[in-house]
Amino acid sequence: MSALLTLEGVEARYGPVQALRGISLEVPEGAVVAVLGANGAGKTTTLRAVSGTVRRTGRIEFGGKPLRGGPEAVARAGVVHVPEGRGTFTELTVTENLKLGAYTRRERSLRADIDRVSQWFPWLPDRANQPAGTLSGGEQQMLAVARALMARPRLLMLDEPSLGLAPMIVREIFRIVRELNEKEGLTVLVVEQDARIALQSASSAYVLEVGKVAVAGSSDELRENESVRRSYLGY
Amino acid sequence: MADFWQQVVAGLASGSIYASLALALVLIHRATGVINFAQGEMATFSTYIAWTLTTNHGWSYWPAFAVTLLASFAGGVAIHQGIIRPNEKGSVLRVVIVTIGLLLALNGLVTWIWSGEVRAMQSPFPTRTIDIAGVAISIQDIGTIGVVLATVAVLWALFQYTKIGLAMRAAAVNPAEARLVGVRVTWMLSLGWGLAAVLGAISGMLAAPSLFLDPNLMAALLIYAFAAAVLGGIDSPIGAVVGGLTLGVGLNLIGAYVDFVGADLRLPAALAVILVVLLVKPSGIFGKSEVRRV
Repeated sequence: MSALLTLEGVEARYGPVQALRGISLEVPEGAVVAVLGANGAGKTTTLRAVSGTVRRTGRIEFGGKPLRGGPEAVARAGVVHVPEGRGTFTELTVTENLKLGAYTRRERSLRADIDRVSQWFPWLPDRANQPAGTLSGGEQQMLAVARALMARPRLLMLDEPSLGLAPMIVREIFRIVRELNEKEGLTVLVVEQDARIALQSASSAYVLEVGKVAVAGSSDELRENESVRRSYLGY
Repeated sequence: MADFWQQVVAGLASGSIYASLALALVLIHRATGVINFAQGEMATFSTYIAWTLTTNHGWSYWPAFAVTLLASFAGGVAIHQGIIRPNEKGSVLRVVIVTIGLLLALNGLVTWIWSGEVRAMQSPFPTRTIDIAGVAISIQDIGTIGVVLATVAVLWALFQYTKIGLAMRAAAVNPAEARLVGVRVTWMLSLGWGLAAVLGAISGMLAAPSLFLDPNLMAALLIYAFAAAVLGGIDSPIGAVVGGLTLGVGLNLIGAYVDFVGADLRLPAALAVILVVLLVKPSGIFGKSEVRRV
């Protein structure tokens, strides 16, 4: 498998605070890769560096080409970032949210795409005209994923999909992500604090600590390594 | 009773002029959280363009109207890209001060180009009245109301049914998120400024025939527009329209039937509306408390 996304020595800072101190990682085409670590380790910033929402230095390559520019340009390149805290337009309706997901695409197949995405989230059509802000937390997170799928992304980046959600809903979301990967070949980079559930879906993972990669390996290796599990994954 | 209805229609006509300027203020406020104090002067400038085309170049009204709208749109986009955008990184106050500077600069520019003389602007509508159920109604009033309502309808359709309209709304309610789905937010804000300039131009061109054109044409209208926008809810486009019409009719009726108010106290009455709304219901008639589940 060739790498779809490659980061090499990526650094980023918020004012005086250096959040990333040289991150290197690879996301192979068709894989689910997890980024784990404690609060403040730089997980979210890693995704933000890729999507261009934070100023970064270092090398980021996507599909063999350098990934440059702000979030608008990155979205057009086929990388869709679902930020933490359910990235939906709460004041717009469910359908409007979905339409915005396909904003970068030229083809006029909105209806067909909404139907396609609704196969994964069958409740969507019933809520079509409801403002996204009136959905439950879990539904908003699923809408955020559905909206990302509308773009037909080459890479889906999910930031803490489990944040503030009940365990059952978290499992449901990860099940859908896994199926999307298996059935549609979607490549996923997921940041997650809940290491246990992330490792169940991911084929490999990177554990971050204060802005650096502390440990990396396949999910099985990380799970079986007692000391890694204790010190980094917390279970 | 016929007199009453005449006053109502005249009120709706001036109210629709307030409404279109108020809608311009609301568009920009929704997108950027800023009140554009230069909105009135931008409209004055546009109106002078129309005046030049009709009076100096012999154009008839509607072609001049159309060209003025295009020029205003381009001007609004240019003002955002050239003057507002470089200041948007700073505080809201900074942008507000820039718009006040723009107000003074445009006012000076208009006086410099066209002199301070009072000009007569031709009206697209005949000054005749027609008789509807015993009420004599001026065709100019009906035309004014019609033009504004048609504009509002077009704008509503743009925001509701087009991709670019949806992107503009997304950029206004959540710019960070809009960037992530690929919307070029800065350009959407520029389009918003362009549309606001168009709305202002419409209000100026409709107001000038009866108020006469001078560099301070829009100064008082801007106060009425503020009152209309505050009354309807500063973030609500429907509110701006309803607020404008309500204010127009209200002020007209008070002027006609409450002896001590007359024409002189219209402006203070509008200011009173602003004060009372801000004290009693700051969000205005249509201002909503946000729907959100956390």
